[in-house]
Amino acid sequence: MSAVANIPPQFEIVDRPLDTQMTISMGPQHPSTHGVLRLELVLDGEMVVKATPDIGYLHTGMEKLFEYRKYQQGIVITDRMDYLNPLGNNLAYVMAVEKLLQIEIPERAQTIRVLMCELQRIASHLVWLGTHALDIGAMTVFFYCFREREKIMNLIEAASGGRLTPSYFRVGGLMMDLPAGFERRVQQFQNGLPHALDEFDKLVTGNRIFQKRTQGIGYISAEDAIDWGLSGPILRGSGVGLDIRRANPYTGYENYDFEIPVEHDCDVWARYLVRMREMRECHKIVQQALARLKPGPVKADAPKVVLPDREAMKTHMDALIHHFLLVAEGVDVPPGEVYQPIEASKGELGVYIKSTGGPKPARVHFRGPSFINLSALPDMSRGCMVADIVAIIGSLDIVLGEIDR
Amino acid sequence: MPELQQPEQTPAQVSEPRNHQTPSQIAAALQRDHPEWASEIVEALGETTIVVPREYIIEACSFLKTDPDLNFNFLADVCGFDRGPEEEPRFEVNYHLFSTTKHHRLRLKVLLNEEDTHVPTVTGVWRTANWHERETYDLFGVIFDGHPDLRRILLPDDWQGYALRKDFPLRGYEPYSLT
Amino acid sequence: MGLENVIAEALPEVLTTRLDSLINWARKSSLWPATFGLACCAIEMMNVTSSRNDLARFGAEVFRASPRQADVMIVSGRVSRKMAPVLRRIYDQMPEPKWVISMGACATSGGVFDNYAIVQGVDKVVPVDVYIPGCPPRPEMLIHAVIMLQEKVMKESVRDRRDAPEEEAREAITPGTLPVTDGSTLREPEKDQPPPYTIASTHEKRRSF
Repeated sequence: MSAVANIPPQFEIVDRPLDTQMTISMGPQHPSTHGVLRLELVLDGEMVVKATPDIGYLHTGMEKLFEYRKYQQGIVITDRMDYLNPLGNNLAYVMAVEKLLQIEIPERAQTIRVLMCELQRIASHLVWLGTHALDIGAMTVFFYCFREREKIMNLIEAASGGRLTPSYFRVGGLMMDLPAGFERRVQQFQNGLPHALDEFDKLVTGNRIFQKRTQGIGYISAEDAIDWGLSGPILRGSGVGLDIRRANPYTGYENYDFEIPVEHDCDVWARYLVRMREMRECHKIVQQALARLKPGPVKADAPKVVLPDREAMKTHMDALIHHFLLVAEGVDVPPGEVYQPIEASKGELGVYIKSTGGPKPARVHFRGPSFINLSALPDMSRGCMVADIVAIIGSLDIVLGEIDR
Repeated sequence: MPELQQPEQTPAQVSEPRNHQTPSQIAAALQRDHPEWASEIVEALGETTIVVPREYIIEACSFLKTDPDLNFNFLADVCGFDRGPEEEPRFEVNYHLFSTTKHHRLRLKVLLNEEDTHVPTVTGVWRTANWHERETYDLFGVIFDGHPDLRRILLPDDWQGYALRKDFPLRGYEPYSLT
Repeated sequence: MGLENVIAEALPEVLTTRLDSLINWARKSSLWPATFGLACCAIEMMNVTSSRNDLARFGAEVFRASPRQADVMIVSGRVSRKMAPVLRRIYDQMPEPKWVISMGACATSGGVFDNYAIVQGVDKVVPVDVYIPGCPPRPEMLIHAVIMLQEKVMKESVRDRRDAPEEEAREAITPGTLPVTDGSTLREPEKDQPPPYTIASTHEKRRSF
């Protein structure tokens, strides 16, 4: 078949005379592939000889679109990339532009950024848990996870107006300050979260069927993981304690006290444990961020970059002119290039922005962690069965919006 | 996989203390020890960029990866850039390197002309370059010599043109129709 | 399809209002969606099925993975040019009666993405019954759209949808041989090539591509 003929010889497909191998296409419309992913599986009965991902079914041309939009307008596009962690995408893009402009962010804005990003990380891991368990067969967890996620989405909607595509961060700070009563609502959510996480543990972690389906599956050693460029919980599940929040700290993460969960089994089960522990660490960080919140400005003091407050715009002439010029013409960013990595919920999300001056970027490239994590799937899935492919894809926690951009 | 080439040991290399180097020190040391690898060094915005001629990209990458004090074992990103049809050189390929042990970052840049968009592949140094280079080929038309599987990855297989070049229009050439 | 068409064809001059109401009530109360979640709207669709906004109350309980068992296809998310033939094929695999809800701005009109990669509106590929704006639309909007579709279903008549007669069905082009799925736009169009669809479905007679 033509699909197999394209596979290069280094991937060792054995041509057997009896032709017992079969190539089937899993996807792009499939309930367990977490989006429009197509896998070409070469099967020997139930065993997978080779699994090749075929992506591009959600290619949106976002990187081209950035070049035709001002920097402020680009924030909206970043939401739609990794749509389970939109605040993380916003943060990476906005921090890269701030690095190009070299402006300082006030402390309250940084604390709120950490708070919202960690809430978003919990929400992203909840979707991972719900869909991963659903694929393996545990349907109850899906509903419980989405119930908790609704609470987080209510919080994000209260702050920014959007449940799934908030676009809350701006170049130089935030869109606007938190609404009244927000800290009380976050504290309410925080009080209920440990009980919910214990519930998930009761439902899933001790479940022997789940353990048997995930232990020993999808093995990738630490050296291979680094060589394949894996990052995030997959790398931490293989024993490498790398977290960008510790390695190259940003947004004040160096001031927070949290652990980096690391497991050494290198399989799907280890990644599951890593993500469950990460949710508890996020809970700790949110608690610390709430304690650190102090009144202050949420936008940087840079009138040529940041939109002025509405009241100032309505009463002062220079604020009005700045507002008009910023919206009509955009920010004039000096030439330069910058690569800003952050620890998204899926791994190292890197933004490369190249500016040749002017209000629009010359090139914006997102290094999506799911894109690279998926490239290791052929290596991870050699010799496993078709049902294990589903478990491995669940553990990779891929989001096709980020893969295909 | 191509054999990793061992860098030549010069006396100046051995005497330098190598631990806890900042990227700018690394770049300066590289330019001093292997001047043909680093044709230009740019320091801006807290980041170090080394412009590497394309013939030496594999050697430079292997050296940076295998040297125990540098240990750039993680290729974070390979990113292409099109300067525009009137610029010479037209294309850039940026390699973002990271070290999981030393936590430092570096950027290597290869400049390419429009007529000759061939670069040796670094898939032999880091296997993750496989998909990164496929994406750069798909969107810019930069051909990576020696790549095991260079074909389109994001755009459809029968797509004409390279989408992220500056002379490719934003809306493409024709609206979608089924027939 | 089937029994009600036999009844309707056996009694061509008889008003079929009672039969219509019964059949439409049965159809609208158990609209089973096909999972066609593509992008961010798919997550909102998952939110609609979860416990806070429960779509199962309105009959759309089971999201069938196989399109051959589904009634309504909720196209949720942006359709890229690589995905459009797949979308059409999944739509073709659904048996009549079938409806399409285009959820979100990207499916309705291309949304934020007015560029080379996204089909500017899924109605260039499949006929759509209900459009939902929003990016992404709130779960309540999707529930409203399902209710709107149910009201539309109630207005149909059993005489609108007929089975294709047997001979025509045998002459139809089988799926997989459509020229649109094998890159034929690159080749020169051959002369005397039959058009891809020989049977006009009851939806398509109102539309032009």
